[in-house]
Amino acid sequence: MINDQFYRRRYVISGIAIGIVLVYIIRLFYLQVIDQSTKDQADNNALVKQTIYPSRGLIYDRNGELLVFNQPIYEITMTMRDMDKDWDTITFCQCLQITRAEFDERIAEIKDRRKNRGYSRWTPQVFMSQLKKEDIAPLQEFLSMFPGIQIQKRTLRDYTYKAAAHVLGSVGEVSQSDIDRDDYYARGDYSGRDGLERTYEAQLRGEKGVEVLMRDSRGRMQGSYQDGELDRTAKAGTDLYTTLDIRLQLLAEELLSGKIGSAVAIEPKTGEILALASNPGWNPKVLVGKERSKNYDILLKDPTKPLYNRATQATYSPGSTFKTIQALVCLHEKGITPNTVYPCSGPGSSPIKCTHHHGSPVTLENAIEQSCNPYFWCAFRDVLQKDGYGKDNEDFRKRYETWRNDVMSFGLGQKFTDTDLGDQSSGSIPSTRFYDRYYGKTGWKAITIRSLSIGQGEILVTPIQLANQAATIANDGYYITPHLNKNDSMLNHRHQLDIEHEYFDILKAGMHRVMVYGTGRHYAIDSLHMAGKTGTVQNPHGRDHAIFIGFAPVEDPQIAVAVVVENAGFGATWASPVATMMIEQYLTGEVKRKDLRKRIGESVLNASVKKW
Amino acid sequence: MRASRSGNIWQNVDWITIGLFLVLVFFGWLNIYGASYTFDQTSIFDFSNRAGKQFTWIMGSLIMGIVLLLIDYKTYDVLAYIAYGAMLLLLLATPFLAHDIKGSLSWISLGPVNLQPAEFAKCVVALAVAKYMGRYEYKLRTWRDLIVPFALIGVPALIIMILQKETGSALVFAAFLLVFYRQGMSGYVLWIGVAAVALFIISIRFGAVPLPLGSGSVGILSCMLLLTAVEIFFICKEHRMRWQALILVGSVVAIYGICLLLSIWFTMPFDWISMGVVIALVLYNVFVSLYWRKYMLLLVALFTLFCIGYTHACDFAFTRVLQPHQRIRIEVLLGMKEDPAGAGYNVNQARIAIGSGRFLGKGYLNGTQTKLQFVPEQDTDFIFCTVGEEWGFVGSIGVLLVYLFFILRLIEIAERQRNTTTQIYAYAVASIFLFHLTINVGMVLGLLPVIGIPLPFFSYGGSSLWGFTLLLFILLRLDAARMEQLR
Repeated sequence: MINDQFYRRRYVISGIAIGIVLVYIIRLFYLQVIDQSTKDQADNNALVKQTIYPSRGLIYDRNGELLVFNQPIYEITMTMRDMDKDWDTITFCQCLQITRAEFDERIAEIKDRRKNRGYSRWTPQVFMSQLKKEDIAPLQEFLSMFPGIQIQKRTLRDYTYKAAAHVLGSVGEVSQSDIDRDDYYARGDYSGRDGLERTYEAQLRGEKGVEVLMRDSRGRMQGSYQDGELDRTAKAGTDLYTTLDIRLQLLAEELLSGKIGSAVAIEPKTGEILALASNPGWNPKVLVGKERSKNYDILLKDPTKPLYNRATQATYSPGSTFKTIQALVCLHEKGITPNTVYPCSGPGSSPIKCTHHHGSPVTLENAIEQSCNPYFWCAFRDVLQKDGYGKDNEDFRKRYETWRNDVMSFGLGQKFTDTDLGDQSSGSIPSTRFYDRYYGKTGWKAITIRSLSIGQGEILVTPIQLANQAATIANDGYYITPHLNKNDSMLNHRHQLDIEHEYFDILKAGMHRVMVYGTGRHYAIDSLHMAGKTGTVQNPHGRDHAIFIGFAPVEDPQIAVAVVVENAGFGATWASPVATMMIEQYLTGEVKRKDLRKRIGESVLNASVKKW
Repeated sequence: MRASRSGNIWQNVDWITIGLFLVLVFFGWLNIYGASYTFDQTSIFDFSNRAGKQFTWIMGSLIMGIVLLLIDYKTYDVLAYIAYGAMLLLLLATPFLAHDIKGSLSWISLGPVNLQPAEFAKCVVALAVAKYMGRYEYKLRTWRDLIVPFALIGVPALIIMILQKETGSALVFAAFLLVFYRQGMSGYVLWIGVAAVALFIISIRFGAVPLPLGSGSVGILSCMLLLTAVEIFFICKEHRMRWQALILVGSVVAIYGICLLLSIWFTMPFDWISMGVVIALVLYNVFVSLYWRKYMLLLVALFTLFCIGYTHACDFAFTRVLQPHQRIRIEVLLGMKEDPAGAGYNVNQARIAIGSGRFLGKGYLNGTQTKLQFVPEQDTDFIFCTVGEEWGFVGSIGVLLVYLFFILRLIEIAERQRNTTTQIYAYAVASIFLFHLTINVGMVLGLLPVIGIPLPFFSYGGSSLWGFTLLLFILLRLDAARMEQLR
């Protein structure tokens, strides 16, 4: 154009266009290159990670009997949007055996956003849950009539027997601290809360799978993302074979019913726990599913403490059963010889009375057989005083420490650390420092701690330790850490004692005599060569605790047992029948003494023990 | 390209522009298919879906383009006013013939298709304005010369805004300001526009934010400081003052310094003080202007006073004049409200869609945001999201650069015209495309409030595609004839 004085304004206008595009390119650079947050936001919008739950590993007993398995339960979900006009509500209600009113009430609950915050017409909502197969069977038949209805399968734990609740433990919903500790878990997941379920959680749970799905803006699923490239299948949990013999376990629990106590059986050569019963307990089926929290609460509040595993957690003075240890340690420490005899004046003895009437003087074998208190006091004294007391009581205290170490080498007074048992108590064999603090370094002598000689006083052990002690004697001086998984690698956990082999023969002979002539003779069986030792433990809180340890057959021990019945009285009356019947069951496969079984099993010593 | 004097349109037409047009239309069509793509998707040519329908619109638009090029160029000039009159009648009639589509009364049903007359109004108005301003006797010298052109764009704009409730389509006519500017309208008008937007944003955004010292709001004080600076700039520029400028700036700083000092003991009303400073400067300006007889400067004084009033009126306009949905869009844009589920939903989802595309994009038809329908209007006004998500940063700037090249090419075409009418029309076309690009992409990128106008050639819809085709191919026809008409 001619004489165009505003010619240069074309550059201003072009500049505006270039400037705007430049600003937009900078903005795009910020959004698409610098700002990293939007990638995740887009994924959160569109991708739904659906977890595929693996089936939990099964639990078997040592003979391959199924103890714990998974029961399918079903939940019915409905997607409101897909429910059309032709939906036959009446038939639906009939299939599920609910009334129309119940149906309407449930629908109202689902749609109430105050109660059901995640409600959407587009996504499946849980209509009924925890249904049995027979509950949903009629609906399944007519499922095609009900668009929008889906039946989802989930699993719960189920149990073949009402037994071994403490050992097996239970499965429950994970807590926040579990989620924080292990990022495998998410809210609403289940994990083993106690017992074997907890110990072997990593093995039993398997591995969750994931399926990445796409969801549109209305929450409808639109198939898998990137053709399932990111999906992972679930890996089922590994089955667990336990060392339990379920027949033996059932018998132990039957015999303990109505009483407070525990019974532990171990296969001496392998350390495998054959039975681990604690009463009161519960039926494992009650800590499953809907009922779990209600029942758990009841168990928690029960004054007889059923949740407490007495077999591993309760501590008792071992009483006369400790005399077996005392005999071995005193021989080993040369306080006595196999030929040593001590006089006994029966109830007139001092400083410790004898509760039994027998000849005097007594040999070691007889002392075991007759459970002679004065013998073991004298032996104990002679071990501790062997070198005299020394300057500042030094030599005596050194001897005591040696004695204590020998005792503890049986696994007493300490937890088994290399095992899969759940919660344990350590018990206690009092240390030199303990008495030093109590009496002063020079203030205690053998006479001060004389109760220890017969397993009374400050010494405390758990039933599992007692059973292990019996197994150690049966093995002539070694034990394999007691354990619950049937796995040969545990044979490496062998603990060898320093005590000489020949001393065990003497002790075993004495323990066999207990079953033939002594306190255990009433419940012995001629065909089975049993060895045992009873104990009647004084107890400041009430009647004496009845204790028995034993093993059989003496020549080639297959089973070692410890039984504790609280506040029952004589060990010979209450603990030894339980133990001998367990031995009989294990070795012969049955209990022939039906009347005895019935009498012991049905007698109630503690009326407040609840039966589940 | 050398234009031939012979009448062969196919030799004279600007093929570069046609090429850019075809690139944009084709790429837009691909993205409409991407945006409306779902899983059980059929072919891109399936006429029951959006991409298939758009294909028919594109075919129609190509036929229309050929026809427009074949028509004698003089026809457009002859028909300009008649078409304008007819368009006004159509626009007036539309609200009565239309049925409500999302609150808008701008769509007329013609059998199976809906047409939006406002899309075609742009072209008709541009022709009328070009014809009026291109007359030999027309010279843009004073404000009076702009009254008719303003009326030509104002009347249809008001009809569309008030009767059809299509604010976005009406705002497009503001693009003509660039045309007037090129023809000689004062550049201050553009600055006034910038100032109006700046004052509006500052006073709305910070109007309710109290000052840390004294009384008054951050918004008002900032506006007044801005006006103070403008006033001092003009006084010094027009009166050729140099050292006096220092005195003016110094005294303003001194006043604020004293006030700050006093605010230790008293609550100083800073918004009133700052307004007083501006008024004092205005009075000084008036005095100097009268003394030196520079009456033009009185306009600046008047403008400043107007701005003071405007600043205070913004709040009123914002709360009373704007409709609630418009108000909340602006509040979301300015970060005054977080509402990702409600008014901010579109913008937020658009940001996520574009941002998650990253540098190279998720790949064609792989955008989860678009495929799963998280972005509403994703194949119409928010089509640029699909580009951002599936083609990434590279694709997005590619599209922007093609548009920029296209607009610069239109400016180039405008500048080579010998005929003023054609030049004005060409600038109108370039400005309208620039306006659409700016508003649409600015909205999708979250830089401008949500104003529903389409992205030319990309957004799904027959009316807008045909409207833009009409606009562009009339220009190409006039351009092809530039050697035939000598004045």
